[in-house]
Amino acid sequence: MNFRSRPWGDNITASDTGVITSLPTGPLIELEGVSKSFDGGSSFALHDVSLAVDAGTFIALVGASGSGKTTAMKLINRLLEPDAGEVRLEGTPVRSLEAPLLRRRIGYVFQGVGLFPHMTIAENIGITPQLLGWPRPEIDARVAELLDLVELPRDYAGRLPHALSGGQRQRAGVARAIAARPRLVLMDEPFGALDPITRDALGTAYRAIHDRLDVTTIMVTHDVQEAVLLADRIVVMGGGRILADGAPGALLTGHGAPEVAALMAMPRRQAERISALTAKAAHG
Amino acid sequence: MDDRVAGALDLLPGYAAQHVVLSMSALALGVAISLPLAVVASRRPRLRFAALAVASLVQTIPGLALLALFYPLLLALSALTTRAFGFGVPALGFLPSLLALTIYSMLPILRNGVTALLGVDPAYIEAADGVGMTPRQRLFRVELPLAAPVIMAGIRTAAVWTIGMATLSTAVGQTSLGNFIFSGLQTENWIYVLTGCIAVVILALFVDQVLGLIEAGAVRRDGRRIAIGFAALLLGTAVAAAALLRGGGADYVIGAKNFSEQYILAGLMAERIERGGHTATSKEGLGSAVIFRALAGNDIDAYVDYSGTLWTNVMERRDVPPRDVMLAELTRFMRERYGVTVLGALGFENAYALAMRSGRAAELGVRTIADLTPLAPRLTLGSDLEFLSRPEWTALKQAYGLAFGQEKSFNPTFMYRAIEDGQVDVISAFSSDGRLAGGALVVLEDVKHAIPSYDAVILLAPKRANDEVLRRALAPLIGAISVETMRQANFMLDRDTDKASLREAVQFLAGKLNLPPP
Repeated sequence: MNFRSRPWGDNITASDTGVITSLPTGPLIELEGVSKSFDGGSSFALHDVSLAVDAGTFIALVGASGSGKTTAMKLINRLLEPDAGEVRLEGTPVRSLEAPLLRRRIGYVFQGVGLFPHMTIAENIGITPQLLGWPRPEIDARVAELLDLVELPRDYAGRLPHALSGGQRQRAGVARAIAARPRLVLMDEPFGALDPITRDALGTAYRAIHDRLDVTTIMVTHDVQEAVLLADRIVVMGGGRILADGAPGALLTGHGAPEVAALMAMPRRQAERISALTAKAAHG
Repeated sequence: MDDRVAGALDLLPGYAAQHVVLSMSALALGVAISLPLAVVASRRPRLRFAALAVASLVQTIPGLALLALFYPLLLALSALTTRAFGFGVPALGFLPSLLALTIYSMLPILRNGVTALLGVDPAYIEAADGVGMTPRQRLFRVELPLAAPVIMAGIRTAAVWTIGMATLSTAVGQTSLGNFIFSGLQTENWIYVLTGCIAVVILALFVDQVLGLIEAGAVRRDGRRIAIGFAALLLGTAVAAAALLRGGGADYVIGAKNFSEQYILAGLMAERIERGGHTATSKEGLGSAVIFRALAGNDIDAYVDYSGTLWTNVMERRDVPPRDVMLAELTRFMRERYGVTVLGALGFENAYALAMRSGRAAELGVRTIADLTPLAPRLTLGSDLEFLSRPEWTALKQAYGLAFGQEKSFNPTFMYRAIEDGQVDVISAFSSDGRLAGGALVVLEDVKHAIPSYDAVILLAPKRANDEVLRRALAPLIGAISVETMRQANFMLDRDTDKASLREAVQFLAGKLNLPPP
């Protein structure tokens, strides 16, 4: 089979997606010794990063801007290609897969919203199943099911994205990402543009969906609190390297590296300040 | 109703149909070429730069010149295909017009297309990639729909330009609404000019509105609007094309250059053919060089040219033999070189000449050009815009040693005003000009025969050399038209007030000649 990328390659069939026949009992995603430079090698956005993610995990990549977290995530669905190292999905190097096919198997929730403004909510949600060649009735049923799942009224199906609020749009974005029943969902600052209340509600709602559908989620965020509240595992990145990697609880209760400790201490300190203020207000 | 208005309305459907078919074909072809080019150019900076530079450059070429350029180009191509495959391509009429208009329509479509595609928010490109679209799916499902409003705006601009510029295709022998404008301008028939302008404006506005409907449909994803828009365009073009197919294909095509006398003579010839029971149309407003090539190439069947013009331009002769010798040599040359038949001379000349007010000429004692020589340094010459740079003027100057005190150029109307009110003493004139009718002006004789004679002659296309219908219809015109009769007919169109319609002038001339029916 020819996996060389074809610039105008539209001749991809659904049968091509059956590349993986047996499931090896390894991690779902592996990054091994991956490096990426955007300036021809003078500086590295990612520097020799290795990471393995087991199926079913909700993992958060946190770090400041330029830490390499988004770059690491985009290597997985080949929106970016590594300069060195290898990325494997279920044991298969992603490099060997046709990029559009690979991406149809991976849900993606975009920074901002990324819904196509000229397509209805139903068309947006149903886009990946449609690209995969699902029959029309099946797509329609799936869209209705997903609208229920993300708690959007069914009559929103025919609306255009601009007729929805930011939170509603991102619910549709989540529905689009999971429409073709991917085993892996990538999220790039998914709730960053939302107000705090919507953001919290949507995060919680997505975590429930994650558990219910038994998917694997990799979420990029700069919000440590969000990561702590939603993820099973947090990877702290800085300067293109992994600075810390562990369960939220473990990272919260102390970590050797001072920048990680400072970062992880922030949610707790904020919580302490808020409870102090609450107590003062109650007694005052 | 005014006869000129009736005449214009009579011609309108035919001209409009030709105009619609031409401009819509060019627009469709322009879109078909420019859109894919815009897509490719939006991805390749170097090609983008080159394509936009070329398209912009084309845009700076005046429209008329662009049309004119395709004529020699197609002639050369035709020679090539004739040698290689045994058939030529038409160098006149629809093809050059279509090509020039297509090229002209490309810039706005290309520029808007590239701008629109480059302007699509990168977030949507990433989203399209992210959901698993191939580059082609991304183009058709995301990039083009999002770019559609700007692309449609470009197509609307192109449509309006194309419809406007299609009027110029008259000059290369393609009938269009421009026929009103060209012939109206020459005969100062402002009703014709106005009819042409209004028709073009209405057509452009209509097409623009229909494209606007499609644009709105594209923006609002309203399939009904898009369908109605396309249906209106297709239907309009189809109706026009059907009208052409039904009405087209006259038996004979008569050519005419772009001045009154030519229109009248073409009208007279067409009328003679029609009286013989056949159909005839005229292709008007053709340039001097173009019209002869068109005849030699069988694109037109007959027209009237002038012996001196053919002598210098086609035969490239510089000597000036006597009138009958010239005519005989011309006839032989045309038959041998081009297979063109010189049917004969109509009986009058349309030569460059010098003229003076009768009173002034009598006062100075001037009867011939030779009489002017000693007086010239004290006199002022008025000429049309072309005369002073023509070989005829050089020949006159040399033969008679003329040196006028002052030389002034005017457009013809103002030149005649200038001699009337004495601003100039002598003018260049055409001997059959209607404004010489009536005796106020006197033509000075070229006693030294410095400039060749310009006998009006009927030429027949090679394929019509032995055409009995054409010969029967046109032969009676030979030797039948005196210069005074021609002047009177010309004057009906050229006078400043109370202009007659072309039809009236043709009827006048036909009546004057009183010829037997063919």
